[in-house]
Amino acid sequence: MELLNLNIPSWSDMASWIPEAVLAGTFLVALVGDLVVRGRRTWLPFAITVFGLVTAGSYAVAAVLHADPTAHSIMGKLMVVDGMAGFFRLLFIFTGLATVLFAWTSEEIMGHKRENKGEFYYLTALMTLAMCVMAEARDLLMLFLSMEGVGLVSYVMAGYMRTSLRSTEASLKYVIFGAVSSAIMLYGLSLLYGMTGSLTFAGIRAGLLAGAANPFGLLTAAVLILVGMSYKIAAVPFHYWAPDVYEGAPTPISALFSVGPKAAGFALMIRFFYTTLAAGNDPATGSTLIADFNWPLLVAVMSAATMIYANLVALRQTNVKRLLAYSSISHVGYILMGFVLLTGQGLQAILFYLLVYTFMNLGAFFFVVAINNHLKSEDLQDYVGLGFRAPWAGAMMVIFLGSLAGIPPFAGFVGKLYLFTAVMDKQWFWLVIVAAVNSVIGLYYYFKVVKAMFLTRPAEGADTSPLKLHWLQYTVLGVLTVPTLVLGIYFGQFKALADQAIALMTVHM
Amino acid sequence: MNVGLPHFLTVGAILFALGLFAVMSRRNAIGILMGVELMLNASNINFVAFSRYVEHAVDGQIMAAFVIVLAAAEAAVALAIVLAMYRNFGTANADIAQRLKR
Repeated sequence: MELLNLNIPSWSDMASWIPEAVLAGTFLVALVGDLVVRGRRTWLPFAITVFGLVTAGSYAVAAVLHADPTAHSIMGKLMVVDGMAGFFRLLFIFTGLATVLFAWTSEEIMGHKRENKGEFYYLTALMTLAMCVMAEARDLLMLFLSMEGVGLVSYVMAGYMRTSLRSTEASLKYVIFGAVSSAIMLYGLSLLYGMTGSLTFAGIRAGLLAGAANPFGLLTAAVLILVGMSYKIAAVPFHYWAPDVYEGAPTPISALFSVGPKAAGFALMIRFFYTTLAAGNDPATGSTLIADFNWPLLVAVMSAATMIYANLVALRQTNVKRLLAYSSISHVGYILMGFVLLTGQGLQAILFYLLVYTFMNLGAFFFVVAINNHLKSEDLQDYVGLGFRAPWAGAMMVIFLGSLAGIPPFAGFVGKLYLFTAVMDKQWFWLVIVAAVNSVIGLYYYFKVVKAMFLTRPAEGADTSPLKLHWLQYTVLGVLTVPTLVLGIYFGQFKALADQAIALMTVHM
Repeated sequence: MNVGLPHFLTVGAILFALGLFAVMSRRNAIGILMGVELMLNASNINFVAFSRYVEHAVDGQIMAAFVIVLAAAEAAVALAIVLAMYRNFGTANADIAQRLKR
């Protein structure tokens, strides 16, 4: 009867949930506001959403700076707000805000042909809320509901351009693969519930420690659940939807997809696997409860396969958006490395990498949005000479790509360094070698874009007129460039933030 | 015959397998979605059976109720997308949607 045992919540517990409450309110107010103006004055839902995200974000920043070591239960045992939830909440609200601001200047979202443009803004607010809940769930019910919540909003957003064949196809692929993988995961959840008799992570953990589960059943359940979560983070072999969806969806939405749901999927994976299946809760050993099965090896193979496959396929992409889609899959491979042993060090490296990845990946996608406004194309050959047509934005794109490739002194290098060290510490040398080789492959295709932009001479008669970007685009790109540069040199504080988030993660309650 | 937990689990497993088979073999997007519904309901049977025989409480039944609501929401979104696809492509066959290729 754990679920029904809802105690009267204390004010301090509810106060820690203010950002989510604000996001929920933002969604509702923007939705009604859009209805009132009948979808004509798009600035109203836009302004409400920006205001809501900024308000929620400032509460989230205050919570992170405060570093409250107590974990707050929200709605009984359904959710918990602790250090890790606070860290991810900040990441999601930032992603949502950056996307909303950039989308305001995007032709794909705001073009004259589009109808119901306000939809985009309140759906982003709703998705941000659902992602925050994903990082807070500590019950199978909330785990499933939040994942489906993010999923349902994403399916709708992928099909935003209703009359476009590409966009419709993207949303169809997304909804079919998404529905199937979540149904598979739900079956795994039901088996886990059956073996332990509890829906809460803590109850499942207690049941597993008491030896309630049959090892084969537990393995089946864990693999089925891993399928559902791998789909969410787009890890090989459950990645096949990602390139199509990222290419077909409007680019600002692809930017959101490639960062938000992925980070949320990792948050959920960390909390679920670390607090239920990792026994003893000892960061040093990180042993798992799945006896007689080499669980780390399974994740390691998945991680290596993701890196190798995505990087090799990315090599022959000629569409920059699709290239970035494969690049984002390959980054999932790198991040999964930190997940292999479920050690505290690995998880800290994951969080730091996700932070860095948010800045650099959003930046690269947003550059594609800005260019698409002018060229109406994402083909690599149309990028020839762009570095001279839009020098500032081009220079920023080089920084984002250099960081994605992981070369010093950019932030991506430091992120990779921490990941590699964490894996090295546990003697997974082959995995580090695979990752290092893949970083080199990555260098090639990222610099293919740089080469087209700066080094290739445009064909005779090609348009070389300068491109003028909207001031908001320069601002957002600049805001993303600063951390991409600064985190490569001055990362101590931010690494401490990630460490603190993992240290403050609740395991027992 | 005494009906117990194994019977429910067997029905659940058969339903899940049938749903997965439908998902993999159907070309029509609506057929695929019907397969997904079968898979979700297979899990619901498991949840309800486990809550009766293992937990002796109602958590699993609450979960099943939420899953039913969610399946309805998912069907609404998915059918809207299939409708948009039918308008754009003139068919509801999922394999026609192959414009995005590497």
